Amino acid sequence: MEPKIGMRNLKSSAFKGVIIFFAFVITIPLIIILLYIIKQGITQVNWHFLTNVPAPPGEKGGGIANALVGSFIMVMLAAVAAVPIGMLAGIYLSENPRTKLAYYSGLCVDILQGVPSIVVGIVVYFWVVKPFGTFSALGGSIALAIMMLPIIIRSTEQTLKLLPDSLKEAALSLGVPYHRVILKVIVPCGFAGILSGITLSIARVIGETAPLLFTALGNRFFSTNLTKPMESLPHVIFNYATSPYDDWHDLAWGASFILLVFVLTLNIVTKVITRKWKIQL
Amino acid sequence: MSIFLVLIIIGVLITLIVESLPSIKSSGIKYLWGKVWDPVQNIYGAYPFLVGTLLTSFIALIISIPFSYAIAIYLGEYNPKGWLSDLLKNTVELIAAVPSIIYGFWGLFILVPLIRTLEIKLQIIPFGVGVFTASIILAVMIIPYGASLGITLIRMVPSPLKEGAYALGATRFEVIRKVIMPYTRTGLFAGVLLSLGRALGETMAVTMLIGNSTAIADTFKNLIFGPGNTMASVIANEFAEADHTLYLSALIELGLVLFAVTVVINLIGKRIITRFTNN
Repeated sequence: MEPKIGMRNLKSSAFKGVIIFFAFVITIPLIIILLYIIKQGITQVNWHFLTNVPAPPGEKGGGIANALVGSFIMVMLAAVAAVPIGMLAGIYLSENPRTKLAYYSGLCVDILQGVPSIVVGIVVYFWVVKPFGTFSALGGSIALAIMMLPIIIRSTEQTLKLLPDSLKEAALSLGVPYHRVILKVIVPCGFAGILSGITLSIARVIGETAPLLFTALGNRFFSTNLTKPMESLPHVIFNYATSPYDDWHDLAWGASFILLVFVLTLNIVTKVITRKWKIQL
Repeated sequence: MSIFLVLIIIGVLITLIVESLPSIKSSGIKYLWGKVWDPVQNIYGAYPFLVGTLLTSFIALIISIPFSYAIAIYLGEYNPKGWLSDLLKNTVELIAAVPSIIYGFWGLFILVPLIRTLEIKLQIIPFGVGVFTASIILAVMIIPYGASLGITLIRMVPSPLKEGAYALGATRFEVIRKVIMPYTRTGLFAGVLLSLGRALGETMAVTMLIGNSTAIADTFKNLIFGPGNTMASVIANEFAEADHTLYLSALIELGLVLFAVTVVINLIGKRIITRFTNN
């Protein structure tokens, strides 16, 4: 015998209430974190903060110029390496989905996506840092590039798979050679999707600390030398957050604020691109 | 270029295995349940870190599951369209976008004092940092992974199934419990697996909050609330100061174990999802 309908309706409404409660409660910690970082960080940020290197403990002032430049250089370098490789691999995967190589590289993308960032750090340490005998920005870039690859590959592949076959067939029937079809028809049509994948991957790696710990290490001074240790935003936060000095904590709040602004902007850019071209990632 | 990808993975695996060989040779399989981690005397047992990793991940998972399921059900079934659902969906994606270092930093300055007051009230040694603190932050961080997959899966439930149940007079709760849940069960489980994979490998936030103690706790209370260590946090803390080969290679073996575990978990999760979406 089923319970009375009134009871069942009540249960149903109660369940809905619980679901809504749990679904919205989760926004609270995010809002608290964001507001706190903004509150603590925004007072730190000024021109002096952005253009100076960190001051020694006890001294007022100092900034994060070296970390800003370092992060920028390393992420750009990583993008320069990862974007072509990722796009080519993505094109290959979407053009030849049935080959054995495609199966295995698809598997590798899945694996790479799940590899903990700290493991990437260890491996790049043995690939780059140890042979050259010094921590270097180059190592950091390679580690970041490895982390960017799966995101770029997957977004390229997904976008290109959505393009209608007739597009490619039309171009081929006009006698256009295959490589030109890819370059002039397929890639431009899927450009927005690929671009959103690139911005997303940059947003993902710009906050990565673990792979940089053993590769780029960090540097108290301003440096643009790729073969030497280089500072980065997340690393500066890690170092100063775990230090015992209040001045340094303030620096770290400021750096967190800047990092957050970068990450959020990149995410919004990605959103706008995907919204405009109606792509599902 | 795809070959390049396969080469990277093979290279990663070979590097990890070769570099951890000295440790594998000296400790053998005992490495996994050796209880002592003492670099000074060259004794390496990964057991405390295995326990720490599993503990933080599972506590985080248990905390996160109600939330990610609720978000999935709400956005997949109750409110799939409209500005409110867009807002919530974007917020959840934002949670995934915030770098882990920022969670760690925030946790260190806000959550740790809170937990400390709680521990004083519960009459436990008030470390503040510890397994429980790390798990809370970890839970927040992994919620989006389970949730976003859940939303897609719940939206894929064919509407004739739901309509049939409604036509028989089922209430919304009954439809969710008896139609949607059984239909999506395996897929939601895959989502849990994927967030577990995330939680196992998470490094920075955990390193900053777990307290980094290599000793294994004696009582249950200390195990949950006291400081601990995970595989990833040990590597992050000690890799740079490892001064002899065996020490270094013991740390890399930790990385190898971590790599193997996360790869297996991720592949199982992905396999379930592909099978689910193809049917």
